[in-house]
Amino acid sequence: MSAIDVPLQKNRFGQTRRKDRWWIEPLFVFLGYLIFTVYANYALLANNYYELPGTQYLSPMYSPLLFRYAPGWWPAILPYSAAALILWAPLGFRITCYYYRGAYYKAVWLDPPSCTVGEPRKSYWGERSFPLILQNVHRYFLYLAIVFIFILSYDAWRGLWFDGPNGPGTQFGIGLGSIILILNPIFLGLYTFGCHSLRHLIGGRKDVISSSAVRQSCYNCVSYLNRRHMKWAWISMFYVGFVDLYIRLCAKGIWHDWRIF
Amino acid sequence: MTPQNESKAIFRIWRGDATQGAFQDYTTEISSGMVVLDAVHKIQAEQANDLAVRWNCKAGKCGSCSAEINGSPKLMCMTRLNTLPLDQPVTVEPMHTFPRIKDLVTDVSWNYRVKKEIKKFQPRKPDAADGTWRMQQSDVDRVQEFRKCIECFLCQDVCHVLRDHHMHDQFIGPRFLVYAAALEMNPIDSADRIAELRDSCGIGLCNITKCCTKVCPEEIKITDNAIIPLKERVVDRFYDPLTRLFKMFG
Ligand code: SF4
Ligand code: SF4
Ligand code: FES
Ligand code: FES
Repeated sequence: MSAIDVPLQKNRFGQTRRKDRWWIEPLFVFLGYLIFTVYANYALLANNYYELPGTQYLSPMYSPLLFRYAPGWWPAILPYSAAALILWAPLGFRITCYYYRGAYYKAVWLDPPSCTVGEPRKSYWGERSFPLILQNVHRYFLYLAIVFIFILSYDAWRGLWFDGPNGPGTQFGIGLGSIILILNPIFLGLYTFGCHSLRHLIGGRKDVISSSAVRQSCYNCVSYLNRRHMKWAWISMFYVGFVDLYIRLCAKGIWHDWRIF
Repeated sequence: MTPQNESKAIFRIWRGDATQGAFQDYTTEISSGMVVLDAVHKIQAEQANDLAVRWNCKAGKCGSCSAEINGSPKLMCMTRLNTLPLDQPVTVEPMHTFPRIKDLVTDVSWNYRVKKEIKKFQPRKPDAADGTWRMQQSDVDRVQEFRKCIECFLCQDVCHVLRDHHMHDQFIGPRFLVYAAALEMNPIDSADRIAELRDSCGIGLCNITKCCTKVCPEEIKITDNAIIPLKERVVDRFYDPLTRLFKMFG
């Protein structure tokens, strides 16, 4: 492409003539990520209190529960957590999500800290070369994330079955935890089905979308959710943390699950 | 502070040429309903006859009056004074991403050169015998959003790849990704720009931080509707072995 042959000004790190509080938004994003990362690590390393005795509740951070105890091939030097076997998939989905990428490049990597604010580093590679070129795997994580929606919907169904006279998980009922578990795949779905890659795969890749009415409606629905993608990214992320916290605190006996019937 | 009928405000305007310059303060009377361009014109008429400023329509449609007001890229003719804090000087300076000519005027010709390097519109064979094409409105909605562009180049100005890293020789910038998207998604166009988007256009340099979307006066959703869909098309072609496999057999 054409070059510019006169030197342009360079900005120092943090230099800007903006007068508004531009740092507030990246600060909140940074704190949001920090809080979630700290909690997710705590929940992951704890490897306990992810189920509530008497119910079939299972924390979404541990679902599906592949191995309750370390399988034979698990390296002995690593502390075992049942969450470690599955958490990489939703985490990978979010890390490669277009919204999250844009947000953490700014809030964490300061590339740029905010619009028209000088950057800390002179060099820049973007997503064109290694390592960030790997972000292009996002659609594969999307396929996994869709599978997770089904798994978590099944967990929500199981959350409606409690221990009864006929054995564990045989009595239908509704507890506050059941409702909390039902909302989880709904929020995750509103996030996942607004994915940019899905929007592309379901119709955006075509120049003529209208030739199939089904494709057109799917594309319109995904586009609708896509416009609210950021909102659902945050809601669904914190909600997953909250569901884990709810089950954890109930299992520890600090909170009590309210059985509605 | 909202300007009541008549009051004064200070405008800190960049004065200089291609190589040097400095901010200069001008105090001028303002009245309600004024935009920054009005104030600049008033200063030009009353205090600084040689102040260079480019403008044309005063209606936010020609894209000439782009500048940085209090550090944010904006159209001077669409920035009302009552949206700015007038208790402090309002800074008005030329766009940073392009070479300066004089005062508020920059040389944006790089953009015209870039545009010429993008593969032109190539219509497919006409659908009807009379040489016309058929298409659905819903299929051109996407393209019509992009055609609202007034080429103000505010998005180019704010984009950190150009603004901070000066990668003009490797990256076409958001304006031309919008332009390329308008061509690529056009149901009639038959040219293929996917390889050049990855290579000479440098789409991978965009890190989707959305500053371009924030400044666009036409409210084009540049990142979500143009850049990311193009990035996905590049993934289809170059980074997704499954899609390639399907295409081979499909
Ligand atoms: S989203 Fe991409 S094109 Fe737009 S300003 Fe950011 S880096 Fe530049
Ligand atoms: S896309 Fe928007 S900001 Fe960029 S040149 Fe066009 S109108 Fe201006
Ligand atoms: S773009 Fe956010 S989930 Fe795919
Ligand atoms: S003068 Fe035309 S856009 Fe401002």
